[in-house]
Amino acid sequence: MEKVTLTPNGEKYLVLEADCITPDNFAGKTLEQIADMTVWEGNTTHRLGKFFDIGGKTGATATETAIVVNGNVPRVKYIGSKMTDGAILCKGDVDMYLGAWMKGGSILCKGSADAFAGIQMEGGDLVIEGNAGNYLGAAYRGDWRGMKGGNILVKGNAGNDLGEYMIGGTITIMGNVTFNAGIHAGRDVKSKEPGGRIIIHGIADARVGAQMVRGTIFVLGGVKTMMPGFTANGTEEVELDGKKMMFSVFNGDRAEAGKGTLYVKA
Amino acid sequence: MSANPITPKNEILIKNGFVFDPLNGVKGDVKDIAVQNGKIVEPSKLSTKAKVIDAKGKIVMPGGVDIHTHVAGPKVNVGRMFRPEDKLHDTMTTRTSLLRSGGGFSVPSTFETAYRYAKLGYTFVNEAAMPPLLARHTHEEIHDTPIIDQSAFTLLGNNWLVMEYIKKNQPENLDAYVAWMLKATKGSAVKIVNPGGTEAWGWGKNCTDIDDPVPYFDVTPKEIIQGLAASNERLGLPHSIHLHGNNLGHPGNYTTTLKTMALTEGITTNKKSGRTQNIHFTHTQFNSYGGTKWGDMVSKADAIADYVNSHDHITIDVGFVTLDETTTMTADGPFEFSLSTTNHLKWGNLDVELETGSGVVPFVYDPKNSVFGRQWAVGLELALLVKDPMKCFLTTDHPNAGPFTRYPVITSWLMSKKARDDKMATLHRWVPEKTKIAEISREMSMYEIAQMTRAGPAKALGMSKTKGHLGIGADADVSIYDLNLKTTDVTKNPEAIVKAFGSAAYTIKAGEVVVKDGEVVAVDVPKFTIWTDADNFNNKEVTNDIVEKFLKYYSLTLNNYPVQENYAPHQQVIKAGPLAGGN
Repeated sequence: MEKVTLTPNGEKYLVLEADCITPDNFAGKTLEQIADMTVWEGNTTHRLGKFFDIGGKTGATATETAIVVNGNVPRVKYIGSKMTDGAILCKGDVDMYLGAWMKGGSILCKGSADAFAGIQMEGGDLVIEGNAGNYLGAAYRGDWRGMKGGNILVKGNAGNDLGEYMIGGTITIMGNVTFNAGIHAGRDVKSKEPGGRIIIHGIADARVGAQMVRGTIFVLGGVKTMMPGFTANGTEEVELDGKKMMFSVFNGDRAEAGKGTLYVKA
Repeated sequence: MSANPITPKNEILIKNGFVFDPLNGVKGDVKDIAVQNGKIVEPSKLSTKAKVIDAKGKIVMPGGVDIHTHVAGPKVNVGRMFRPEDKLHDTMTTRTSLLRSGGGFSVPSTFETAYRYAKLGYTFVNEAAMPPLLARHTHEEIHDTPIIDQSAFTLLGNNWLVMEYIKKNQPENLDAYVAWMLKATKGSAVKIVNPGGTEAWGWGKNCTDIDDPVPYFDVTPKEIIQGLAASNERLGLPHSIHLHGNNLGHPGNYTTTLKTMALTEGITTNKKSGRTQNIHFTHTQFNSYGGTKWGDMVSKADAIADYVNSHDHITIDVGFVTLDETTTMTADGPFEFSLSTTNHLKWGNLDVELETGSGVVPFVYDPKNSVFGRQWAVGLELALLVKDPMKCFLTTDHPNAGPFTRYPVITSWLMSKKARDDKMATLHRWVPEKTKIAEISREMSMYEIAQMTRAGPAKALGMSKTKGHLGIGADADVSIYDLNLKTTDVTKNPEAIVKAFGSAAYTIKAGEVVVKDGEVVAVDVPKFTIWTDADNFNNKEVTNDIVEKFLKYYSLTLNNYPVQENYAPHQQVIKAGPLAGGN
């Protein structure tokens, strides 16, 4: 696998929309061609090369191309969006829409990612070592079709509305989450499919699984306030990451005649 | 668009095209069409400075006329606002020195709506449902839609005063009120949506049959339709009543449709404006279902087509289902509620005080689903079984059954059995089993397509003096398509139709070239809001009734109600009723 390195060169900007930064776009291009790719700042466009020093070498295909964002870019959006293969390593923080609509490949973000990371993702692996913002792995605004497949792992905390309208795939949060985890999950799931899977190792504040129709949510650190639309159905021993644990089992959300399952560690 | 109307000075000579102009009986003859000062003229009138367009081997037609579409007004805007995802996967147009940015697959922004219609060769479209109370908003959006001429139909089928005058059997008062409403809203025609049913929805009910009484008002849909149709003909309005029937979109509704179509058989059509029908039954596809539930729903397009074939007082448009993800929007409030319970997606609903209501629901016509496949077949059956294309027009009830940008592919289905069979092969196996589309071998001619999309709708709208034809004195709205029917067998090669009709070689609006090679090249061209003035009754009783309704019930005062002139700065007013010398 060949590696292209983007190093922020200190040029100032407000917010960049850089959906060109994907292995699919970079594959087979020269460094000059990559430098000439378009990024948006508000309603004006610039060359990618204006803000980044570009080094290394591209592979012939996305599969053989890796991208390293060599620094902190907390105001660069859409990194890895719609990528289908290859790899991206972000060494610091990134802005919104990291890996949005991604279909394959992998992204590793060493810092934190802002909102909408991995929305409507269909495949691939997205790992965020810091914290994730709101709407992680959610649906696009207004849409009822959320994350379909792939894996998201956040080592820190996540914000509100993660896994909103989730259809498939897995989201794992090692830290805590705030509100609405798994809200509307499974709304567009076909009748015989299981839906998505959300595993929260820390504490979830409230409204976990609100209006969920199908899917599975695990909360290991406890739910501060449970939704009233869930029915308690005893306890069950479940194996997670090779460890057997006892969970209280809840089904709902009955407000939507939902068939989702919520496991809260007993 | 600019605030001042532009006087067209262009002269254009369109040479040697194959001209299809049904209102003048021109069936693909090679002819020159001359344009001067925004009108069609004799070629000999042109000066030597005329710009020449070589249309050799190309199709030349009048600009397209869409008789029923939803492109302006509050419910269209609700569709835009509550469906950001409709823009996500659509190609958004970025701003250029000429064009505004915009987009939206099923509900495009106003400017983008105009660009897309113009690229298809359409130059006159009719907003099919304007709630009177929100007429200003409708006209603001029409004003923000450049290039294409537009008119809006005023919703009157659930109006309190209309129902009261019909109940009290006061036809003079009804005439005066209808005329006043058209003037107050700058509307062009009387639109009736689920008569009585939308008012009943305010009481949590519906009128699913033409004899179901409206709660409180105690009139029936039958009485509303007959009352407004008779009033429409007494006033001599350019268009007939434009009806969205009761019980739309439910299996077994074709019996209601046939009963409804028969309601105006006994009403004499006012032929002043050149139309022959006294009722236009819109998006009839949705009202042509047999069976008792979706599982056993069958097409009854043949029964509906038989009725249309044997009666001259009716025209219809189809409302083709295009099998896309789209946004449904209608003044039929109870229908949208029942639709939202089938797909559990977001639902917008509005009650418009004394007048009407509306609903908006996103809808995915999944091509794999047998019901939607059958709906697709019902639309095509209707169009192909109605013998006279001057009675049956091409629409998708945009965006309800699909976006208008699908007109080219619909044209290919109509003109090529191969195109239909290819599409059907991708659909549910019940589509050929439960409909008759596979047995229909008719392939429409280009002349018939011109009738369905130009001549027919223009005539039915009572606009055939200026629209829908290329005779001397007609508006210089012309579309040219790069498709040579002499060298291309479109029945075997339907993709050629989709390509040619999807991006017009030229669209000329009011004598100006607005589209060239599928790209919009001009926007500041004359564009008009067309409405009907049949007022001048000076009926004191009606005036008092209107004042009373505003004092007692409306949320605004009468003075703030009528659409002021500056909302429609470029207007064409069609005179009717007393202003046109009565009947």
